[in-house]
Amino acid sequence: MREREVIIAVRDLRNQFGRQVIHDHLDLDIYRGEVLGIVGGSGTGKSVLLRTILGLNRPREGSIEIFGKARSDMTQAEERAVERRWGVLFQDGALFSSLTVAQNIQVALKEHLHLPQKLMDEIAAVKIGLVGLPPEAGPKFPSELSGGMRKRAGLARALALDPEIVFLDEPTAGLDPIGASAFDELIKNLQATLGLTVFMVTHDLDSLYAICDRIAVLAEKKVLVTGTIDDMMTQDHPWIREYFHGPRGRAAVAAKSMAPKA
Amino acid sequence: MAGQAQAWLDVSEDASSLTLRPQGDWVVQYAEALDKSLQAIDTIGQRAATFDLSHLDRLDTAGAWLIHRTARSLERAGAQVTTAGANAAHATLLHAVARADKPAKIEPREGNVFTNLIVRMGAGLDEGARTGRELVAFFGLVLETLGKTILNPWRMRATSTVYHMEQAGLNAVPIVSLISFLIGAVLAFQGSEQLRRFGGEIFTVNLVAVSFLREIGILLTAIMVAGRSGSAFTAQIGSMKLREEIDAMRTLGLDPMDVLVLPRVIALLVMMPILGFISAMMGLLGGGLVVWSELGMSPAMFVERLHASVDFWDAMVAFIKAPVFGLAIAMIGCFEGLKVEGSAESVGQRTTASVVEGIFTVIVLDALFSILFVKLGI
Repeated sequence: MREREVIIAVRDLRNQFGRQVIHDHLDLDIYRGEVLGIVGGSGTGKSVLLRTILGLNRPREGSIEIFGKARSDMTQAEERAVERRWGVLFQDGALFSSLTVAQNIQVALKEHLHLPQKLMDEIAAVKIGLVGLPPEAGPKFPSELSGGMRKRAGLARALALDPEIVFLDEPTAGLDPIGASAFDELIKNLQATLGLTVFMVTHDLDSLYAICDRIAVLAEKKVLVTGTIDDMMTQDHPWIREYFHGPRGRAAVAAKSMAPKA
Repeated sequence: MAGQAQAWLDVSEDASSLTLRPQGDWVVQYAEALDKSLQAIDTIGQRAATFDLSHLDRLDTAGAWLIHRTARSLERAGAQVTTAGANAAHATLLHAVARADKPAKIEPREGNVFTNLIVRMGAGLDEGARTGRELVAFFGLVLETLGKTILNPWRMRATSTVYHMEQAGLNAVPIVSLISFLIGAVLAFQGSEQLRRFGGEIFTVNLVAVSFLREIGILLTAIMVAGRSGSAFTAQIGSMKLREEIDAMRTLGLDPMDVLVLPRVIALLVMMPILGFISAMMGLLGGGLVVWSELGMSPAMFVERLHASVDFWDAMVAFIKAPVFGLAIAMIGCFEGLKVEGSAESVGQRTTASVVEGIFTVIVLDALFSILFVKLGI
């Protein structure tokens, strides 16, 4: 296998709110085409890391290189161009409540491209189908959808411009186990079909086993280790042992080994 | 065109078949031009068509959709469509898009414009009637809670009440004072201009004093408070409702009427008379300064004229009206807040409704009061 392309490189990142240091000398690489899962205890700054990479939060120190260019060197136009190459699914979808699902999907298309309305409607319909929403969901408003449907709609919006990377913030949180594994399956399929790179903050051990190629553990203000799920099982760090060998971790392993090979 | 485009379509046609060769990057950025060139293809009367995808570099869902859509319309027109030369990734994507091709509805259902107009009018009337009825019911609920609290004063949330007195009352003092001062000055200025025509500029004092003490002071205050605090009450309670905090309160055995509504109602009941008084004083001050500078009437003389023109009831009228206005504004603010549901947009709509209904109610009440006072002769 050839040397894998790093599409996002975080170096020496430091985040601090007041006197509280969240990240210190944090390094992380994201490779093209992988599904990277970010785990860590509550308050270790998983969401802050996500927001920092997205540019919603300005780091105190350190550099973030996206598609080979440091964020701090980018002009505003370059930042806009980068933003078109990624999509984000926020925790509860963060759909615009005054727009229908189809209109939510079309927001980015309308903003960045000049497509005829008919084609945009067709593209929205395809995205609705791709994320497994029923066709009737198009004209509905976010408040009329269930939590699982809102997440699917949020994913459809994130995929509107066919991004190269999608960022998912706890995609399975708040879903029932059936919905959660269906969502895992959806992400896996879309990742394979569209050739996506997926950056996923999650607490769901089942998702980690089911779809993540690589896991990064946030602890002690940095990325403590990265590696496959098997690497995690052999780690000695007490928190990692507790996380992956605790009762829920064992249950997830058992489920994985019993599951039929897809 | 083809020189700058990074995605284009080669079409070759012979007697029996059509060959389409997508070239370059078929991605959403170029979808508009591709859409046009594909629409231009005449699908009618083709018997066989081939998509040769071997020259395709990049393909995304939009590009795949365009190919799929064209293939579909060719098939519907009776042509035999084959796809050749697709690499594995492109084939997977085309397959996924074909599976996702279901006719999804896009726009919310819309009826005929005329019917919609009638439906909206009806819905508006119905909504208005329902709001009125609910407001009366809510008023009863507020009175009941108020009564219970008077009987058991320890039920009152003192901290919260004082907090709202500060927010809605004390913090409103500067703006209420400034506006009243300016309106008082303007009223005196314009009034003295008119009264001078028949030599009665001395009565400017009566004009300012009576109108400010009886009407303008408290009305101005009520409008300011409705805009400032009534809206804040709606937005606060509304966003709590959205985040299920009100439901959480109920499950913990707390009554939102006790915890949220009553402190706000009591705060405005208490603060409105004080704000109204401040407003009246500032109006008199503004009027007095104008009278002094324009008519040369000394402050001592102004006070003397004031005593002559104003009786006890002129001063009391505002104090009778103030708590009623305060109650109405606070009640409407809380009522609209509790009616928020669903989305952030609803908070906006309810806040607007709260201010409009608050000001409307205050003015209607003021009219009723003036009829009452005329009948009573005060």
